Amino acid sequence: MKEQISIRNAIASDLEAVISLDQWAPHEEKPDYWSSVFDHYVRRDKSDRLFLVAESGSRVVGFIIGEVRAWEFGSPPCGWVFALAVCPECRQSGIGQQMFEEISNRLKQAGVSTVRTMVNRDDKLTLSFFRGLGLCTGKYLELEKQID
Amino acid sequence: MKLNKASLFALIAVLELASDTEKQLSTTDIAQKHGISTHHLAKVMRNLTHAGLVQAVRGAGGGYRFSGNVRRTTLLDVIQLFETLESELDVPNWGNDGDPIIGELQSITSEIDNLTKAVLDTITLATALKNTRIRAELIANQA
Repeated sequence: MKEQISIRNAIASDLEAVISLDQWAPHEEKPDYWSSVFDHYVRRDKSDRLFLVAESGSRVVGFIIGEVRAWEFGSPPCGWVFALAVCPECRQSGIGQQMFEEISNRLKQAGVSTVRTMVNRDDKLTLSFFRGLGLCTGKYLELEKQID
Repeated sequence: MKLNKASLFALIAVLELASDTEKQLSTTDIAQKHGISTHHLAKVMRNLTHAGLVQAVRGAGGGYRFSGNVRRTTLLDVIQLFETLESELDVPNWGNDGDPIIGELQSITSEIDNLTKAVLDTITLATALKNTRIRAELIANQA
């Protein structure tokens, strides 16, 4: 039988589980990066900063992080999702969608009506996931350059 | 961006067949439903069969059936069976690396091409079909 998934706010003791699910950050930067993310999004309890985990039984099988950002180059307040992971063996069972829907609801409660994200164009799996949930290219373009 | 006819027909046929993976349709069925050339579509179907996206079913009631993965096949996967989506500048110095103006124009068209491909490469057939159903429901509600 499929294990019930529950979505809850992340707590400090989820740190190790989150690090083990993270497939993007370079290994050597993980502890510092995640420690600062937990400081910012878990320990400071603010309704516009959201760090949720998906739990199956007592095991953390996914996480999603987002926040409300406002007035970046004139953009009215909107929700930003900037990290999402689901453990590989639990994929394609709707956990990512459940987490995204929950964070979207929370962002809506925080007063925004748009959710935005930015994903590497080579990361087809994540991009296709967001596309499947109805996200499409928005009004803002990401630009970058190498700084010599 | 202008898709060539083969890419467009391929997308139509693949989405039509993938909308119900049990469904078998002939080239004529698909062509008539969407008002496209049966002759041209027949050639496209051979390529799609070769690529493993559709399967030819022989015998009475035969036709084609979708045989790919709707959640993993993107629109770009289908299009790239027929064209590269690379812009070409129609100038005599095309490919001349020594001309900085041509070089800059190549760089700009390449940036546009990459964006186009990035969009098409992230829309799976499943997503396109889901949006198609939503669109059909909206049209039905307006009628």
